[in-house]
Amino acid sequence: MSILVDRNTRVICQGITGKVGEFHTRGCLEYGTRMVGGVTPGKGGEKIADLPVFDTVAEARDATGANATMIFVPPPFAADAILEAVAAEVDLVIAITEGIPVLDMARVLPVVENSKSVLVGPNCPGVITPGQCKIGIMPGYIHTPGNIGVMSRSGTLTYEAVWQLTQLGHGQSTCVGLGGDPLVGSSFIDILALFEKDPETQAILMMGEIGGSAEEEAAAFVKEHVTKPVAAFIAGRTAPPGKRMGHAGAIISGGKGTAEAKLEALRDAGIEIAETPADMGAAMVRAIQQKN
Amino acid sequence: MKIHEFQAKELLRAADVPVLDGKIARTPEEASLAFQTLGTPVCAVKAQIHAGGRGKGSVKGSQQRGVELAKSADEAARIAHGLLNKTLVTIQTGPEGQVVRQVFIESGCDIKQELYCAILVDRAAGSPVLIASTAGGMDIEEVAAKTPELILSEPFDPDRGLGAYQARLMASKLGLPTASWRHAVQFFQALCRAFVSLDASLLEINPFVLTGDGTLVALDAKMTFDDNALFRHKSVLSLRDESEEEPAEIRAAAAGLSYVKLNGEIGCLVNGAGLAMSTMDLVKFHGGEPANFLDVGGGANVEQVTEAFRIILSDSNVKAILVNIFGGIMRCTTIANALVEASKTVGFTVPLVVRLEGTEVEDGKKILASSDTSIITADGLTDAAQKVVESIKA
Repeated sequence: MSILVDRNTRVICQGITGKVGEFHTRGCLEYGTRMVGGVTPGKGGEKIADLPVFDTVAEARDATGANATMIFVPPPFAADAILEAVAAEVDLVIAITEGIPVLDMARVLPVVENSKSVLVGPNCPGVITPGQCKIGIMPGYIHTPGNIGVMSRSGTLTYEAVWQLTQLGHGQSTCVGLGGDPLVGSSFIDILALFEKDPETQAILMMGEIGGSAEEEAAAFVKEHVTKPVAAFIAGRTAPPGKRMGHAGAIISGGKGTAEAKLEALRDAGIEIAETPADMGAAMVRAIQQKN
Repeated sequence: MKIHEFQAKELLRAADVPVLDGKIARTPEEASLAFQTLGTPVCAVKAQIHAGGRGKGSVKGSQQRGVELAKSADEAARIAHGLLNKTLVTIQTGPEGQVVRQVFIESGCDIKQELYCAILVDRAAGSPVLIASTAGGMDIEEVAAKTPELILSEPFDPDRGLGAYQARLMASKLGLPTASWRHAVQFFQALCRAFVSLDASLLEINPFVLTGDGTLVALDAKMTFDDNALFRHKSVLSLRDESEEEPAEIRAAAAGLSYVKLNGEIGCLVNGAGLAMSTMDLVKFHGGEPANFLDVGGGANVEQVTEAFRIILSDSNVKAILVNIFGGIMRCTTIANALVEASKTVGFTVPLVVRLEGTEVEDGKKILASSDTSIITADGLTDAAQKVVESIKA
């Protein structure tokens, strides 16, 4: 078991004929992901990496039985690509694209909520169940199959955490990149609920960052509903207010979204805190030992 | 992207939001002329900088406030003289302040009550939201912290816009007289339409006022735009005032780098926003002060990384540089080659600590070891942060 994706997940890539889409489709294939096709409007009939290209998601789904899609469509058209995937009732929609206008996402999210599809991202590294299925841009080799569920708003910070876990001998059940934008599909809470239910996942490591209140909401959820050990790190303790730190979502505005407020909420929920980014793996180990 | 108050007012006027007449002035003479042209008994003279808190802020070395009322053309000129080309320090500029290059001369109006409203995207609701409060003209952050019940909010769908009933509800809760409700509906709906049609990320009116004749007017306007949506708003893009922005940040943006200048001594070059923030945190944890946030992104090439080093070194406060790369898509060999290249073309005058991990790390380390660039290598995050902090003390 794992969450969201496993060896049976059948994946298409929207934007497969683009340079980045093709590159990462090949990367996923090499990892062993069951890539079954791609979509680029007007390029139906072509082949990329020996995979059939379709004009529409609906055609691709009908022809390949795909139940997941990975989106690399450029920002001006990415919201439409998400809507197309949802309309075609693809179970899992993973939007990697960075730079989608926030109001586009405000239009997309209610449609996703009223559908059967789950959206991860945008502006995220993707989802990986080590040894089974990688959908996204993360380097596969740093991951090891195991029992820690990992989720994060940041890409390279997740790699760092996964690397530390692997070094400490802890593999991962599934790693989920939620994305660094203000409005994203799946939240920490959505993924926490899945990890809590997943028998393979024995403990959960989360990486948050300044801005918004997703970490505070996650803390409240953990307090109420999560029985497994949880450790957390918050990036941006030293970030000044009013400055956007790379991610559109990483900004302290109006005194809200500070690292301190988030850490306090997490501690209050009994979550083990990694004091520095070098301490993420070790914090997870401490959390597991405390629960035992 | 931020714009000036007078620019925001022009956009709002075009969107049917009631604003007062005003003129921009770059000299005291222009300010005097503007006062005469506007022809009202009182005008406000307002410093135009990309920061709020101007009313309470003051010019360095004088009592001059950022916003003052003038009752004559001479007084308008005098206030303009006190502001123009001076440094205004407000709660939002930081102690270094910002230079005032233009002032906005705006007609007076008959103010009965000052109120506050703003539109922004509420992450929890997943939609834009109109918020308002009777605490107009105040520091709204203080109001939010101390008396959150005084802040009203109405989320709305970007395409349907704010419902008239929502605007009336807001007007009623704000205690506006019923005779003004139709003005309130028009006012709030127009603001919400402007927010959506221009892809703003913040539209703040602090204050908007109820006038003697029962209408509503936007007395101030602060507008920030979603950078990701600027591609579809060329006219907004043309309002950019680069003199208000940090030169190094403009340069970084041109090179496709994400850079934020800070006040410390340790330059940081990292891939990924989360890791870049965390690296700053770690430097601070070990007793150093980061000089910047710099994310080179996932696909940076040798030229971009070289430019990143140039930008970091252009900050005279920088006494050491920490490079922290976790190679994923980015290969460690790319960074190593860029480092060697940068040391040839830019030249490192300060200690350089490098921590590489991830894709092609062994080959990357070999490239660094075989070059004659003087580099302090580090194993792991903690080692890197300690070494860079240590290098300054030595």
